[in-house]
Amino acid sequence: MPNTIPLGEIAHARSGDKGNHANVGVIAWTDAGYEYLGRVLTESRVAEFFLPLRPKQVQRYELPGIRGYNFMLSDVLGGGASRSLRIDSQGKTLGVAILGMEVPAPPNVAEMLRP
Amino acid sequence: MSRVLRIGNGAGFWGDNLDAPRLLAEAGRLDYLTLEYLAELTLSILAHLKSRNPEAGFVTDVPVVLSSLLPMLQAQPQLKVVTNGGGMNPTACARAVSSLLAAAGLGDCRVAAVSGDDILPRLDELQAAGECLQHFDTGQPLGDLRGQLASANVYLGAGGIREALGQGARIVITGRVADASLTLGPVLHEFGWSDNDWPKLAAASVAGHLIECGAQATGGMYSAWDASQPLGNVGYPIVEIDAEGHVTITKPSGTDGAVTPDTVAEQLIYEIGDPQHYLTPDVDVDFSQVRLTQTGPDRVEVSGAAGTPAPPTYKVSMAYRDGYMATGTLVIYGPNATQRARQCGEMLLQRVRRAGHVLARTNIECLGSGQVVPGIAPLVDPPEVVLRVTVHDPSKAAVERFTREFAPLVTSGLSGVTGYTGPRAKPWPVLAYWPTTIHRDRVQAVVDVKPASEWLK
Repeated sequence: MPNTIPLGEIAHARSGDKGNHANVGVIAWTDAGYEYLGRVLTESRVAEFFLPLRPKQVQRYELPGIRGYNFMLSDVLGGGASRSLRIDSQGKTLGVAILGMEVPAPPNVAEMLRP
Repeated sequence: MSRVLRIGNGAGFWGDNLDAPRLLAEAGRLDYLTLEYLAELTLSILAHLKSRNPEAGFVTDVPVVLSSLLPMLQAQPQLKVVTNGGGMNPTACARAVSSLLAAAGLGDCRVAAVSGDDILPRLDELQAAGECLQHFDTGQPLGDLRGQLASANVYLGAGGIREALGQGARIVITGRVADASLTLGPVLHEFGWSDNDWPKLAAASVAGHLIECGAQATGGMYSAWDASQPLGNVGYPIVEIDAEGHVTITKPSGTDGAVTPDTVAEQLIYEIGDPQHYLTPDVDVDFSQVRLTQTGPDRVEVSGAAGTPAPPTYKVSMAYRDGYMATGTLVIYGPNATQRARQCGEMLLQRVRRAGHVLARTNIECLGSGQVVPGIAPLVDPPEVVLRVTVHDPSKAAVERFTREFAPLVTSGLSGVTGYTGPRAKPWPVLAYWPTTIHRDRVQAVVDVKPASEWLK
């Protein structure tokens, strides 16, 4: 039995740009998942995951009304929409990327899956 | 039960689906159709177009879309249109739209141009008055970049739109206004809320944020992509709002996509920073306690937004000229495609150096091997990859030379190279982003409302 699961089993996400910064919004499918993400999806864990993009700072904000965490990743877009040399100059795919992050499998994972 | 206003958004950016506004107006039973066209840097492109032709500088989709809306404007007397597609030239856009209206027998229809957002011609005066225009994020002073500026536009609020509607406008064409203000303006006009009724302003601004990106609220881009399919005939979003500020998001019945708390939540969180301070020129909105509740098929109630007074400054979006970029692609097929693609990319850049050009910034991507988000996914070696090389340099000649080096790889590169047909890549001028702020009392919306027939005089 694997002891990790991809984040995408218990959450959905969307990302976008603000100048050279990206925001990655992660939304738990259930209340149990939101509570769990609060513990495992820390600023330092997200910063570590996106380390290859060299974020200057990662800040986490809470949206309990929608079971969401919003992560602001500073200076990760290689100059932003018009200056970035990357195909994804606006960080559109970072939301999909974070759903591939492996997190420890919680014992009550069944309560966190997409209904 | 108080009156419910229906506001639909048929465009989320310049280049969005051209049929969406018409389909939404046909089926949406709308009071207002909004059309949002201005991304962070769109105005700098429009400024460039206006510099070459004084009657250009607005979003060219606007007359195309308005033309498709003429039958609805004739058949639905309540329908009004509010768009920021006036870009750098709202009055020229008003004239272009007016000529379509007049030709369709709608010459009496009142058209508004809302401007005042363009502060580029006023920068001397504003700097003399103490506005530093430093970079919003880094605090860096504008300094020498001042001479490179291509555009400088204030994000205006809902006030100008409200005023235009108050003067009987049926079509409102603005320059830069905050996206959420496109929705708040009509609501303020219809319900007569005072502009310091913060909870209601917050509710309508959240509604505006939820519909500003079109189908992103109705199943487009949804993570659980299997759950919102099909999307071919996706319905664009509609806000229902009443005089108390109760908000429901929905879409025309019989369309594709989905409106659920999950599809709407993804749009709520899209491109926001601190959810407790979603700043618009109208109100400082707190999204953090917003709740989404399914109240029927494709109907989601939005509650819990809180609001406090807007900040004393307006956000300003400026763009400065920053050299040239170009990008080109080739396809490499066969074993070790990724490795060979990278070698082709390096070879190409070596030949640009041999020609005497040292490019300031270069990037080689082997798409297909897991490099879209570099360093995140484990790299794989697929049977074929797309080689994409992108460069940025102050010299147009250097970038031009770079674009010539793709085709030679077909004979002087590695085996398995193809995909070189089609036009050669072209350098484009880079317009870089410089966000800043200025004090609110420095700018005021300029509202001009006339019947279409008079705009043509």
